Amino acid sequence: MAEVTYLEALRQGLREEMRRDERVFILGEDVGRYGGAFKVTEGFIDEFGDRRVIDTPISEAAIVGAAAGAAHLGMRPVAEMQFIDFISCAYDMLTNYVATSRYRANLACPIVVRGPCGGYVRGGPFHSQNPEAAFLHTPGLKIVCPATARDAKGLIKAAIRDDDPVLYFEHKYLYRRIKEQLPEDGDLVTPIGSARVAREGTDLSIVTYSAMVWKALDAAQQLEKEDGLAVEVLDLRTLLPMDDAAILATVRKTNRVMIVHEDTRTGGVAGEIAARINEAAFEWLDAPVLRVTAADTPLPYAPTLEDYVLPQVADIVMVARKLASY
Amino acid sequence: MSRVDVVMPQMGESIAEGTLAKWLKKVGDEVKRDEPIFEISTDKVDAEIPAPSGGVLAEIKVPEGQTVPIQTVVAVIETEQGVGVSATGIGATPTPASVAAAPPAPTPKPQAPPPPAAVPVGAAAPPAAKPQPPSPDSETADERLRRRSTPLVRKIAADQGVDISTIPGTGHAGRVTKKDILGYIEAGAPAAGGAAEAAGAAPTPRPQAPTPGGAGVWEAAPWPGDRVEAMSRIRQLTSEHMVFSRRTSAHVTTFYEVDMTRVARLRAGNKKGYEERGVKLTYLGFIVKAVADQLRRHPVLNAAVQRTAVIYRGQVNIGIAVALDWGLIVPVIRGADELSLFGIAKAMADLADRARTKRLKPDEVQNGTFTITNPGVFGSFAGTPIINQPQVAILGVGAVERRPRVMVLEDGSEVVVPRTMTMLSISYDHRIVDGADADRFMSDLKQELEDFPENGV
Repeated sequence: MAEVTYLEALRQGLREEMRRDERVFILGEDVGRYGGAFKVTEGFIDEFGDRRVIDTPISEAAIVGAAAGAAHLGMRPVAEMQFIDFISCAYDMLTNYVATSRYRANLACPIVVRGPCGGYVRGGPFHSQNPEAAFLHTPGLKIVCPATARDAKGLIKAAIRDDDPVLYFEHKYLYRRIKEQLPEDGDLVTPIGSARVAREGTDLSIVTYSAMVWKALDAAQQLEKEDGLAVEVLDLRTLLPMDDAAILATVRKTNRVMIVHEDTRTGGVAGEIAARINEAAFEWLDAPVLRVTAADTPLPYAPTLEDYVLPQVADIVMVARKLASY
Repeated sequence: MSRVDVVMPQMGESIAEGTLAKWLKKVGDEVKRDEPIFEISTDKVDAEIPAPSGGVLAEIKVPEGQTVPIQTVVAVIETEQGVGVSATGIGATPTPASVAAAPPAPTPKPQAPPPPAAVPVGAAAPPAAKPQPPSPDSETADERLRRRSTPLVRKIAADQGVDISTIPGTGHAGRVTKKDILGYIEAGAPAAGGAAEAAGAAPTPRPQAPTPGGAGVWEAAPWPGDRVEAMSRIRQLTSEHMVFSRRTSAHVTTFYEVDMTRVARLRAGNKKGYEERGVKLTYLGFIVKAVADQLRRHPVLNAAVQRTAVIYRGQVNIGIAVALDWGLIVPVIRGADELSLFGIAKAMADLADRARTKRLKPDEVQNGTFTITNPGVFGSFAGTPIINQPQVAILGVGAVERRPRVMVLEDGSEVVVPRTMTMLSISYDHRIVDGADADRFMSDLKQELEDFPENGV
């Protein structure tokens, strides 16, 4: 076992897959000579060479398009979006081409598109987005959002091995702030489509993912200490396909549920989850399904405003209290 | 209608004034928000300045060619109701706009819905502020919630054949929560009241015994000059419970006088220390502690009767009868045998306080296994209390006062000394508790109180 940061875990996962399977290669802006804007691929070009670690022009559409083509020809590309915000440049490729390729032309398209999402780093509106909602309703894609170092490694491996396109949204705030003990050998793979109970509880459930898992855990601890509440936290890990069974199980267990995500409120993933809970677990609800999300605004530059707009532990605690006393 | 000032803007940090170069609109013209309405020229830049609000250009205060300091009001726009409300609306102009419906949609921190509604409201959804569901009987959301509660509670109610509206609720807007309905069902339904209402008299099975003498209930009739007052719910429950208990248990009461001098001394010595920790140390506290200890050693006093079986309770939950202005209530100290004297004193104070302020929870007046009542606090020498069903014993504590006692000295001679004494009475159910059982319990209780350990305080 060794202590490993979230970023290092991701790097390990990428490295192990590249060693395991020579069809795996990485492409993106500054991933090669520079080692990646956040140093995720540091040292890779030395180990794997410039045919497997490719510095691309600044064109996300081209990056994804090239990856798709390579995938058709049997390769296993991992395309990096330097900041996940830029994935919107590849929206057409992803939704019209990549997601539909198997359906339209019986052509497998096993690409991974990964990049750092999320805020709390004073990055402003172009370097802090959470784009999952934009792709949630695109059939043919998969979306994973690791919250822990273990899942950062496990999910990148699973994504690379998956025969279908997977969007892998890592969170930049977690890169160096999360440290965990991970086994040094063995093949650590997290199955796609499986949620994890991050904290067991009986009074109410928080369904969440990515960096919000940590805020939810902080809130749960505070609620236990100050209110005597036993809060369950469910880390979804995969958004598409979502682990409906795990969500239902927690609703049936506590009968009070809130959904927390960093993305904005309107059209965010929480609405979809709330609808599913309503459809499948209405009879188990002892309170309305509540949400904690970012405000519906582009992310401000000013630190005070960013903190105001994004969900904080205090917001989660406040809504949890409302839920508990309903 | 409201008037919006249009000011000379500051076009750069170092700029202090601007020249109004040209008016693009004239008085009386309609302007749209953000539409250019005048041009300015400064030493750094010439620019078109947009209208801060939609409306009508009502007044021009600064003519073309004049130079004025920044922030000077150069014109006034009059806005109409509802006009010019922008979609995003953040930091929008102060349109007096109706907006009756939309609660500030742009308000950041879209948290949870909650006012009364059972309807989860998203930021922009209309319902919010005053939801009047257009139902024919114009029931409010709160009323509906009270009547129909939530899906889970309705399901439980349907499965158990219980009417939600008869159950006291402790949830939002007084609605029945899952805990309320489950507690209600566990308590055997009808007679048990909810705690919040201080409905007191513990969980009682409804007295089913038919009234004596068939024909009907005998009752008193009022005479002229009498005042008739309907019983409160808590009074009714107490009334029913008392006769039910007398009819159910074979009540016997026995009396033990206990020398509390030592306890009095320990109390006096430790009172201050306890108070510093925010807890009042009373005689009753010592008695509860001793009772909790002894119930573990005499389990038949901590039991219940189930037809021809005896249920020996696994927990020791001691109820303390509290007389409130509006009736009798018995909050329960759960797991009293696991608490120290301090813990017991603390629990007693907390429960009593919340009983008086009607803040007890349902499970704090249920599931007692033994009850203690304190008629002595009103001066009574001793009482013959009625057992709190379904328990099998109740201890009454008489007044604690100085009385003469005969004590035998070491050399065998007798003296009469003043001691702090109290009379404890225990009413027990002779169906399962025999005199010997009660006497042994009381004897041990008396011994523990008279020899209360120093380090037990």
